[in-house]
Amino acid sequence: MFEAVAFYLFAFLTIAMFFIVVTTSQALFALSALAAGMIFISAFFFILGADFLGAVQIIVYTGAVMALYAFGMMFFDTTRDVKEKQGNKYIIVGLSTLAAVLVVVIFAMPMVSGNIVALYPGIDGVGNTQEIGLVLFTKYLIPFELAAIMLLVAMVAGIVLAGKKMDLSITLMNEAEIEEEKNKKVLS
Amino acid sequence: MEKYLYIALFAPLVSSLFSALFTATPKKLFTGIVASLLIFTSFIASTILLVHILKGGEPIHVTMMTWMATGDLYIPFGFVVDQISVTMMMVVTLVSTVVHVYSIGYMDHDKGFNRFFSWLSAFVFSMMILVMSDNYAGLFIGWEGVGLCSWGLIGFWFHKESATWAANEAFIMNRIADLGMLIGLFLIYWNTGTLQYDGAFTAFHELPAATLTWIGIFLFIGAMGKSAQFPLHTWLADAMEGPTPVSALIHAATMVTAGVYLVIRSHELYSLIPHVGLFIASLGTFVAIFAASMALVNRDMKRIIAYSTLSQLGYMFAAAGLGAYWVALFHLMAHAGFKALLFLGAGNVMHAMHDELDPFKMGGLKKVMKWTWIMMVIGSLALAGVIPFAGFFSKDTILEAAYSGNHMVIYGVLLFTAGLTAFYSFRLVALIFHGEERYKLFGIHPHEAYRFMLWAMSPLLLIAIGAGVLQTPFFDMVEEALNAHEYHIAHGTALIMLVGTQMFVGLAILYAYKKYANSRVTVPDGTSKMENSFMYKLLINQYYIPYAYEEYFVKPYRELSEVFWTKVDLKIVDATVDGIAAIIYGTGEKTRKMQSGNLSTMLTWMVAGLIGLLLLAVVFGLAARYSDEILVFLSALGV
Amino acid sequence: MEIGLNHYLVLSTILFAIGLVGVMRRKNLLLLFFATEILLNAVNVAFAAISHYYGDLTGQMFAFFVIAIAASEVAVGLGLLIVWYKRHGSIDLDALTTMKG
Repeated sequence: MFEAVAFYLFAFLTIAMFFIVVTTSQALFALSALAAGMIFISAFFFILGADFLGAVQIIVYTGAVMALYAFGMMFFDTTRDVKEKQGNKYIIVGLSTLAAVLVVVIFAMPMVSGNIVALYPGIDGVGNTQEIGLVLFTKYLIPFELAAIMLLVAMVAGIVLAGKKMDLSITLMNEAEIEEEKNKKVLS
Repeated sequence: MEKYLYIALFAPLVSSLFSALFTATPKKLFTGIVASLLIFTSFIASTILLVHILKGGEPIHVTMMTWMATGDLYIPFGFVVDQISVTMMMVVTLVSTVVHVYSIGYMDHDKGFNRFFSWLSAFVFSMMILVMSDNYAGLFIGWEGVGLCSWGLIGFWFHKESATWAANEAFIMNRIADLGMLIGLFLIYWNTGTLQYDGAFTAFHELPAATLTWIGIFLFIGAMGKSAQFPLHTWLADAMEGPTPVSALIHAATMVTAGVYLVIRSHELYSLIPHVGLFIASLGTFVAIFAASMALVNRDMKRIIAYSTLSQLGYMFAAAGLGAYWVALFHLMAHAGFKALLFLGAGNVMHAMHDELDPFKMGGLKKVMKWTWIMMVIGSLALAGVIPFAGFFSKDTILEAAYSGNHMVIYGVLLFTAGLTAFYSFRLVALIFHGEERYKLFGIHPHEAYRFMLWAMSPLLLIAIGAGVLQTPFFDMVEEALNAHEYHIAHGTALIMLVGTQMFVGLAILYAYKKYANSRVTVPDGTSKMENSFMYKLLINQYYIPYAYEEYFVKPYRELSEVFWTKVDLKIVDATVDGIAAIIYGTGEKTRKMQSGNLSTMLTWMVAGLIGLLLLAVVFGLAARYSDEILVFLSALGV
Repeated sequence: MEIGLNHYLVLSTILFAIGLVGVMRRKNLLLLFFATEILLNAVNVAFAAISHYYGDLTGQMFAFFVIAIAASEVAVGLGLLIVWYKRHGSIDLDALTTMKG
């Protein structure tokens, strides 16, 4: 019973938060709602017994990714209202709903669920974190190392891309200075 | 011994590929030298094989690899060196070695020097495949290969309109004949189930005579094309557009004799159908006199020799048709020697005269080109069949074969042709080397060819002089393979025949000298009485045969093509293709709006695509799940 | 009332649909990134749920790697975004029409 209550509560909260993310015209609202949604997502992980994943979700998303976005937003002019795409909203919502329904149909059909055998079953008597560790550092060691390298590369790339001309800020420069900077083509 | 076989076969290929590496670069002397050395290697290997065979060794038979094996069809890349093929190998490699060395000098100033050697060696390789193959399929590959190389070499100076025309003519004429040859091969395979010589020859004995006749006729059609027999003869004279060494190697010594080789190789077939053999002999005899008559009046040095080649091929076919296969092969061998010698000599003259071909514009070249003169005279003597030169032994044996077979018409015509041969050969020699020095009118300063070119020609000179002594050993060698036998004619008759023939030939030579070696010969201007006679016009226009071909085959074909072009190609084929293009173009034009470059729009399209794929997944998932029911349903509908 | 796998899958699908709506209607590139984060998280929920209900850790492994990929994507994406903003003074999608056909 507790599980059901928790599920529906967090489901409602998550959907609401993410709905705000995609509908609000304020970038800061969107950012805050996204961060909240991420934390609520981690609640599902805890309910499902994936404690480690839940912790990682909170640390990585709300700790790292959201902080990164927050810092990134400092570069942009976020004071303005976000203009939305002028288009047929029915098409957008219709397409999304159709896609969602189709995915549900595919999953709900018994052809998926019938014959799945656990490849790496959970181990009795140990906690989730330990299980994860056992599988991750035996069966998934190489993907893990590759992910580490990828993160390093991404970090270097992020620094290289964003790091040029860090001392310049377009928001603080007047038009003439911006034109001058553009003509230099240093960033091309 | 197998290794020598492979060396003999593949050295020319290596040579060709090596030269081909440099085709895009300016003249490199070493390509000529390397090519000549490799061909010479092939010659040495062939000689070793010849010695092996002469010593009574078993024929060498190797199967290199399987080429085709599907169902009952089994065609290997097999090669055989027996008495027949080793003779051909010797002829091919010897003449080609000579021609390669000679070409280093002849092609000295040509831009396509490297390309020339590549083609020439490729030709030798194809020819070796042709003569060494142990089955008809391999022979056909070589057959097509020499055709291709001949095309490339006739059209070697492809910037000349006439050269490309001649190359195409030769190629197309050969295609027509090759169709006949292919039908022959199909018939052989159809009836015997194999294309191997051994298997097919054994199976021929079981077949009905009518089938054999058809096989023999179709194979001979192929031989007619390659050996330029009437009515497919016109390409050979036009092929003289190619460089002279090419004419010597391909259009005198080797490729054109491939037809004769085919008949000799298939002698077990033709000995079963003597009536076809008689037809071959008759056609050969006809071509002999027909070509010789055209050579009488022609004013193009190379064409005269080409017609003489045609005539001699006629002799070979006459011999082969009468069952004297060994004589045909021997004449082929001797002819390769002296005809190549004549062509190379003509090449020297051409070089000296700055590519002038009309012998009437020469004269008196004896003084400046002594060695060429000697070679040409000996070559002509050999060609005319004067004792004791090469042609005497081979040609006289053909006459003996005709006589002893009681084919008096063939004998008579061939004898008369021998006189014509002597006349036109020495007409040419007299016009070029004797008499007034008419070339001075045209401001030409002739000079003798390079010394090494003359040395290169010397092996051919030896053959032209001394091939007669080879007759007995040659007979011993091929006696068993070709079922050969000597022709015995009563001693007195033989002596009369010999003296009569020699006197006839001698008179013809003397007449030619008397008429053309004096100072009264001038460059004809179309006004003399002879030039306006009917016979002269008929002969100089080659019996109007090229004209007739042009008029009755080429022009109607062109008109037909024109109709097909405007009606079928433009209105149906092109329209279809254009229509497809227009549809695709129109679709592109219409859907171009999708590519607005706006990321949001593209993302929307992406989602639409995703939905499409998901729908497909659902549909196929359902179909897979309920496939049995669907089948039942469909069968109920009667599908 | 027992919460089964299908409940989680439906939730995941709804979240994914919301993400799709965001991807399609957002014109601001930064908010587009937010929408992609929603997509990734929706999938993660599904992974974790399947992992739980089948007693197989592979699902959690994949969710883990998805998080890693999302983090690196954000790092590189934001870097690119900043460069773009510096050059054009706007992160409006309608300005990105260099691929117009």
